[in-house]
Amino acid sequence: MKTDFFSEKKYINAYLVCAFLFLLVGLFQSWNVAFSILNLCLISAIMSIGINIQWGNSGIVNFGVMGFAAIGGLCGVLISMPPTLEVWKDGTAVILIILFSFLVSGILIKKFWKIFVHNKYIKILLSIIIILFSLYLIKSIFIPSINFIENTNSVKTGYIGGLNLPIILSWPIAGLFCGVIAFLIGKIALGLRSDYLAIATLGISEIIIYIIKNEEWLARGVKNVNGLPRPVPYEIDLQKNEFIQILSNTLNLSVIELSSLIVKGLYSILFILVLLIIFFLLQKAIKSPWGRMMRALRDNEISAEAMGINVKKRHLQVFIIGSAIIGISGAMLTTLDGQFTPSSYQPLRYTFLIWIMVIIGGSGNNHGAIIGGFAIWFFWIQAEPIGIFLIELITIFLSDQNEMKSYLLNHAAYMRLLLMGLVLILALRFFPKGIIEEEKRL
Amino acid sequence: MEIINAFALIINYIIIPGLTYGCQLALGALGVTIIYTVLRFSNFAHGELMSFGAMTSILITWIISYFGISIFPLPTVILALPISILITISYCLLIDKYCFKYHRKKNSKNVISLIVSIGVMFFTSGLIRVLIGPNDRTINDGERFIISARKFKEITGLTEGISLKLSQSITIIVSIIAVVLLFWFLNKTKTGKSMRAYSDNKDLALLSGIKTENVIFYTWLITGTLACIAGTLYGLDKSYKPFTYLQLVLPIFAAAIVGGIGNPVGAIIGGFVISFSELLITFSYNKFLSYLIPINFLPEGSLQLLSTDYKIAISFIILVLVLILRPTGIYKGKLL
Repeated sequence: MKTDFFSEKKYINAYLVCAFLFLLVGLFQSWNVAFSILNLCLISAIMSIGINIQWGNSGIVNFGVMGFAAIGGLCGVLISMPPTLEVWKDGTAVILIILFSFLVSGILIKKFWKIFVHNKYIKILLSIIIILFSLYLIKSIFIPSINFIENTNSVKTGYIGGLNLPIILSWPIAGLFCGVIAFLIGKIALGLRSDYLAIATLGISEIIIYIIKNEEWLARGVKNVNGLPRPVPYEIDLQKNEFIQILSNTLNLSVIELSSLIVKGLYSILFILVLLIIFFLLQKAIKSPWGRMMRALRDNEISAEAMGINVKKRHLQVFIIGSAIIGISGAMLTTLDGQFTPSSYQPLRYTFLIWIMVIIGGSGNNHGAIIGGFAIWFFWIQAEPIGIFLIELITIFLSDQNEMKSYLLNHAAYMRLLLMGLVLILALRFFPKGIIEEEKRL
Repeated sequence: MEIINAFALIINYIIIPGLTYGCQLALGALGVTIIYTVLRFSNFAHGELMSFGAMTSILITWIISYFGISIFPLPTVILALPISILITISYCLLIDKYCFKYHRKKNSKNVISLIVSIGVMFFTSGLIRVLIGPNDRTINDGERFIISARKFKEITGLTEGISLKLSQSITIIVSIIAVVLLFWFLNKTKTGKSMRAYSDNKDLALLSGIKTENVIFYTWLITGTLACIAGTLYGLDKSYKPFTYLQLVLPIFAAAIVGGIGNPVGAIIGGFVISFSELLITFSYNKFLSYLIPINFLPEGSLQLLSTDYKIAISFIILVLVLILRPTGIYKGKLL
């Protein structure tokens, strides 16, 4: 069995090119920039693996990347931040109990309906009564306790706080939590076919972002949560360390630069570990009979169903797995940033860019997804210098004082969108299989 | 008197804004629906096409005002609109030629065309931001109000005023003209009929001698026109900001799907359903009820179903609900 990562030599060239690009950035720009690009590349690679298992291996169109990434980030906050003790003494407990009883009663009522009520109109009447009752509950209990939470020390906390656990724990928990959410979404939406599923998941992810933005008791909403605890040491502590000071003398680097390099390097190591674990597990899964079944399902759903495969169940399974992976990467992103900013979640950056990574890298191959994640994020960061270069080239005959030229140069940052669109269109036309093709299996 | 006041309140805060926003959504949804029926893919780039139309309108308005031409009290954009429609149509045709045509010829899956449209979306939004920048721009250089709230109060003596902006009435009138022309084209002319035949059954239409490229040319012609008009009107009514058009894509899809995708009448109805439900659900009914029932009976607290923060989210919620409960929409459209 050739499941070994390094024995697959045909892909080594692509990885070498990536490494070479980072070397170039490190030598010509700075190693700090190179490492921060590398960290985000790793996170993007994990996200695009998540989409690849859904789209490349099973043909599910999930445009809800943004929502799952945000839920992952939310998990990071709720696991790692210290709890707001004042609130827990009376306010939130009430909210949580109500939330829980709501879920339970909702499920119970639905079960009861099936047994007792058969008349359509009575069902409608009952649901109206339940809606009105829940509105009353919201008005009388929810809103006062929410106000209480939001007004307690609103400058500093004003939310329920977290569990004060190490933030690394939030990564697997984010995966689990996103899996549960994906189960709920998949249950209701996966019956839809490609186009509608794309629109529905995009809509659901927008709703998730809206809820996180506006429910300030949950994670401060648009006020952001700052200063999340880190899994790696702080730069300031490193700078005091004697060994680091000696090292900086021998390497001829300033202590500040070296310490930030070490922090970023530690993050990279953590991320590479996560990437490798996810990658190996998925490679195993893809090469197993399960993976073969998923590909059969993607290539011809009807004949797969005729062979006795439960299409709905399998789709739900893979939807959950992919979304959990995206959730993990979302939590990692929040960990890296050290803050949770709901307003930064935009579909262009979190959904469509990840999709471009998968398409360019080569859908159906996890190596492709990783390379795509690396290449596109690299390109996304470096597109501005490229854009400036292109504009200089186009306007080469104009003088430097020309208004047109300076106007265009001012807007050069937006060239990245233009170039990204161009890359996607050209890729779909001229190399639709991506940088790394899907492996041909017998 | 009290009842009239209550109605004035509703007209001012729900009916007039709802009609305006509904018209803009309906024009957008018509574009999406027509692309869907003929070319069989969901065009995610439609919001950016609208933005492109609005941008060209602004650029041409600048040129026109440079020569000192104006039609005050009407905004100058009206003069620029025909030219910018032509430019938007040619942009659409270029996109089709270089992006979509290849995949149509190759008979790719419609998801591939959808992903291509995302590429077009990126490209167009980049182009717009490079050309005009990401900042807010007001287009409206004409008279602001036809009738302002204060004037209305003075004339009628009511305590509630109704204000009607010029941009709102232009939006409604232009939309009506565009929709009437569109339906005349689709139902009465030969090309329109051939388009409908093509969308009904592609193979049969090809057999009866309808030329594919002709149909697709007219499809992009209509889409470009509608997108340019809708984008310009939206920019005229609010203000032009490239970022907002990206957020408009989902409400437009919601309108098209609620009405039943592939059905032009449905798209219009869907636009109004979305716009009015956004307003009705986030409207605070306290003042309205205070005119109708005695103050003693008035319940405490605000009578609002959802806070205004969730205004845009409502269209997403409707979209998801419709997709799950009745994917064919109000008028039975085509099921994907």
